[in-house]
Amino acid sequence: MAVVTARAMTDGTSAQAPKMAVRKLDLFYGESQALYEVDLDIAEKQVTALIGPSGCGKSTFLRCLNRMNDTIDGVTIKGNVTLDDRDIYDKAIDVVQLRARIGMVFQKPNPFPKSIYDNVAYGPRIHGLVNSRDELDEVVMTSLEKAGLIKEVKDRMAEPATGLSGGQQQRLCIARAVAVSPEVILMDEPCSALDPIATAKVEELIDELRSNYTIVIVTHSMQQAARVSQRTAFFHLGKLVEVGDTDQIFTNPKDERTKGYITGRFG
Amino acid sequence: MSLTFLLLAIALLCALSFFFGRQRAVGLSGGRYSNLHSLPVHYGVYTALWCGLPALFIVMVWYGFQGTIIQALIVADLPDSLTSDPGQLSLALNSIGLLSEGRGAHLAGAAPELIDAGRRLANLKSIASGALVVVMVCGALLGLIFSYRKITKDMRARNNVERIARGLMMICSAIAILSTVGIVFSLMFESLQFFTKISPLDFLFGLEWSPQTAIRADQVASEGAFGMIPLFVGTLLITFIAMCVAVPVGLFSAIYMGEYASPKFRAVAKPALEILAGVPTVVYGFFAALTVAPFIRNQGSLLGLDVSSESALAAGLVMGLMIIPFVSSLSDDVMSQVPQSLRDGSYGLGATKSETIRNVIFPAALPGIVGAVLLAVSRAVGETMIVVMAAGLAANMTANPLQAVTTVTVQIVTLLVGDQEFDSAKTLSAFALGLVLFLVTLGLNVFALKIVKKYREKYD
Amino acid sequence: MTDMASLMEDRAKPGTPKDPRKPVNWDSPDIARRIKKRYGADRRFKMYGLVAILMALAALLTLGTSIVSKGYTAFFHTYVELEIFFDPAEIDPDRTNDPAVIGRANFDGLIKQNLRNHFPDVTGRSELRQLYDVISGGASYDLRTRVMENPSLIGETRKVWLISGDDFDMLNKGFIDAGGEEASRRLSDAQVGWFQRLVADGAVEKQFHKRFFTGGDSREPELAGIWGAAVGSFYTLIITLLLSFPIGVAAAVYLEEFAPRNRFTYLVEVNINNLAAVPSIVFGLLGLEVYLNLMHLPRSAPLVGGLTLALMTLPTIIIASRAAIKAVPPSIRQAALGLGASKVQTVTHHVLPLAMPGILTGTIIGMAQALGETAPLLMIGMVAFIVDVPGGVTDPATVLPVQIYLWADSPERAFVEKTSAAIMVLLGFLILMNGFAVYLRKKFERKW
Repeated sequence: MAVVTARAMTDGTSAQAPKMAVRKLDLFYGESQALYEVDLDIAEKQVTALIGPSGCGKSTFLRCLNRMNDTIDGVTIKGNVTLDDRDIYDKAIDVVQLRARIGMVFQKPNPFPKSIYDNVAYGPRIHGLVNSRDELDEVVMTSLEKAGLIKEVKDRMAEPATGLSGGQQQRLCIARAVAVSPEVILMDEPCSALDPIATAKVEELIDELRSNYTIVIVTHSMQQAARVSQRTAFFHLGKLVEVGDTDQIFTNPKDERTKGYITGRFG
Repeated sequence: MSLTFLLLAIALLCALSFFFGRQRAVGLSGGRYSNLHSLPVHYGVYTALWCGLPALFIVMVWYGFQGTIIQALIVADLPDSLTSDPGQLSLALNSIGLLSEGRGAHLAGAAPELIDAGRRLANLKSIASGALVVVMVCGALLGLIFSYRKITKDMRARNNVERIARGLMMICSAIAILSTVGIVFSLMFESLQFFTKISPLDFLFGLEWSPQTAIRADQVASEGAFGMIPLFVGTLLITFIAMCVAVPVGLFSAIYMGEYASPKFRAVAKPALEILAGVPTVVYGFFAALTVAPFIRNQGSLLGLDVSSESALAAGLVMGLMIIPFVSSLSDDVMSQVPQSLRDGSYGLGATKSETIRNVIFPAALPGIVGAVLLAVSRAVGETMIVVMAAGLAANMTANPLQAVTTVTVQIVTLLVGDQEFDSAKTLSAFALGLVLFLVTLGLNVFALKIVKKYREKYD
Repeated sequence: MTDMASLMEDRAKPGTPKDPRKPVNWDSPDIARRIKKRYGADRRFKMYGLVAILMALAALLTLGTSIVSKGYTAFFHTYVELEIFFDPAEIDPDRTNDPAVIGRANFDGLIKQNLRNHFPDVTGRSELRQLYDVISGGASYDLRTRVMENPSLIGETRKVWLISGDDFDMLNKGFIDAGGEEASRRLSDAQVGWFQRLVADGAVEKQFHKRFFTGGDSREPELAGIWGAAVGSFYTLIITLLLSFPIGVAAAVYLEEFAPRNRFTYLVEVNINNLAAVPSIVFGLLGLEVYLNLMHLPRSAPLVGGLTLALMTLPTIIIASRAAIKAVPPSIRQAALGLGASKVQTVTHHVLPLAMPGILTGTIIGMAQALGETAPLLMIGMVAFIVDVPGGVTDPATVLPVQIYLWADSPERAFVEKTSAAIMVLLGFLILMNGFAVYLRKKFERKW
């Protein structure tokens, strides 16, 4: 596999080359089309928020970014999605490796019914990222630390992860994703099942993770998008309506539909 | 007086009562049905139920006890010389039965008291069936008159009918309890008889099984030996072989069906596997005895092994084949209940399918799978026809799958097919074996169902 | 895990975490090799699954072919054509044409006489006895009915196809090796020789074996048929259905729609679940003790068989019916109740009709199980040798699976093909029943 190093400047709004780029993406569930010609750049080490009314296709779009839609029967995709300028739907790209590079955190916390330690160690183990038990311990510790969970769980590493609270479970899932040292982390409404305090913690965590990872977050809460993201994309009826810096989108939206949504006229 | 005739008579009486009840209600309504509390149909059904149920009840009770009572009457009149010996008594009763039906031509020279008793039996039987008809019709008419007179404009016929229907339904569901009670009692009753002859300790822990009691008391081994350990060992050996086939094949089939197979493949292969579960066990027995056992024997002799023609291996392999769909459909159920979010979590980290199955789905489903395997074990332990046809009769204590062993179920069948003498330890021991079998499978089932249920609650 | 603890101490200190690891180079050859290995493991795992399924299917195929290949020959039987002189002196000396007189005639002797005429060179007593085996003992009955139906045959000479003895049938079908050692087969060299002469004369033919479908059981394989067992199965199933269907549906309706959540209901549910898993032979012991020993119902009768099987089928029907009733959406019940229908009316007018396809499917599957059941019926004496076709539910009878068991136990080679053929018939019935259940399910499948 040749490494493509040439980076084209495709997006004027970002000074740097985008980490991921989506071009003319159409998605079909069987006969019905769910996404229409989506073009979007995702900038490195920034938080990009995807907002829009429910059913607008933002979660579907997110799942295209690490090919999670492959596991669903009857989904067909047109257009291309690149990671570091390599098409992730290319035949030469391996989906297992791709998902290691683009991690994902789901709407509902889904810890495996194993111990806390084993949950975090799962990724490094299957990908063979560590050579010794000590190294694995180190990775688990670092990941839990990054997820801000270490203080809460350091004495109960061998206990089942299902015994944690909802917020802790979600942060464990983030730690689990981080442990594979991905480049991009996709988050699908990570706070929708959490209470406000747990939500605040996860938001804080997302802000910290920004220094090391590129993050794409789907959220139904505009406040959350405003709080955590640098760039925001607004989806409506399967189309990307508007994308821009978060400040601009929330203070000065160009499109009428965006304006309508963020002022709460529909949603 | 056949049962069919009686039932037809009851149906006719019910139809008549329905008609009467309905007519009366229509008459009372004065042409406007809204004057009545319920629809005329309800009054009809009300009287029909009151007429039919007592009659049906009488017939059922009568049939349940008629045989016992008549036999007691006959036995009471027989000379002591016949009744003192149970063996002779049952022989005599058999002859009397034949004589009473006029089929005892070959018994023409029988003892006069038998011929006498035969005549009396025929007499009693005709009296009984005559009396039954009279009592039944009386019961039906009483019910009819009682309910007919109760019909008024304001009587809540519908509510009454519904209450009766509800009660009947409750009785129907209580039959499940009654069957269990019936099983326990019939097994316990004969087993206790057995344990007065053979000590329970000898039965449970004895190492030798040879129930063939000699005909004459002075013959060797006239007592027989009733130690069930060899039977238990044989059962376990065959069950173990069956599980060695069924668990891996069933489990991997379920995994392939659930996780890998294309919908087209599944649509063909799944029903095909389920055919295995629908094949009657007697067919498997035939297959084991006539195809698999000779095959194994020939292969064994090619390798210089001495394989019995009724080897445990043949029975076990075929039993395993029978149980494959059982294991696969149960574990398929269990694994499909593992929530999609766990799979997503694993795939989202870049795990391959087999890694996800081995590290996430299988461990999560393990309790349910253990429950499924236990249910399958209980199935194998209680399986009868395959072992009756393909396993041996000799109670060998061996762990060698190439030798013949016998099982609990084989012995029950052998002991009870043919002559039964309910006073000999030989016949009674079958019930003791049945009791052990029932308790073991019950224990396995209760335990397995508990595990599976707990597992279901976890993911519901 | 002592270093783990110290590690944790360090980590627990506040401060922004730093990543001590170098970023993973996902394009390194190490990772590529590892991924290749992981995919290999994945393929192997998938293959195990496929192999497991193929093994099970191959076993099913072996089972099917072994039975069909052993059994298809039973549908045809060897007949021998013999010139028969219907000797009036033997059959009806006074030319009365009275069926009673013809019925008493010695047709067996007639056949033997004509066999001797056909083989005039056979003389010795033991040789003659061997010769008589060529024609089955049952042929005389066929001849008798033939003459009784058509008395004008008396005095004529006709060529008649007569049913052959089972050993000669086996010889003709190639199951007995004509070339082998005399001691190793059931037929003597002389018998093989006569038969080959008949074959050379063109007097041997395989004809459709109607008797297999219309006859009762017999000790002679060539005369044994499955009709008696089929009728026994029919009567048994009717009793089973008449008892288990109404009781099962009523119990399911009660448990699903009326039962309060109390200990009685709980007890019933536990019992149903456990009864469904009780070994069938235990039900046989129950039947033996309760129906035969306690109630003195007739032994070997379909009535007792049906009563026993009904108890076994009940849990299946109850469980299936409950599932079907549960699948009817509550909105339909609410609609009916809202119109002022009583609970019973709601159930009988709406819920039951909607659940009926599911209930019927479950019932048919339960009946199919009952049709294939053997073990409990052995316990209540349905294993007896019964020649007559049963005429009612209290006559002694046997059923198809027990007939299969009995034939499988018989030593004659000819019973192997009879057994396999009977299995084919039984499986045919089962396929029909299950096919009907599948059809019902497909036809009435409803998405709420």
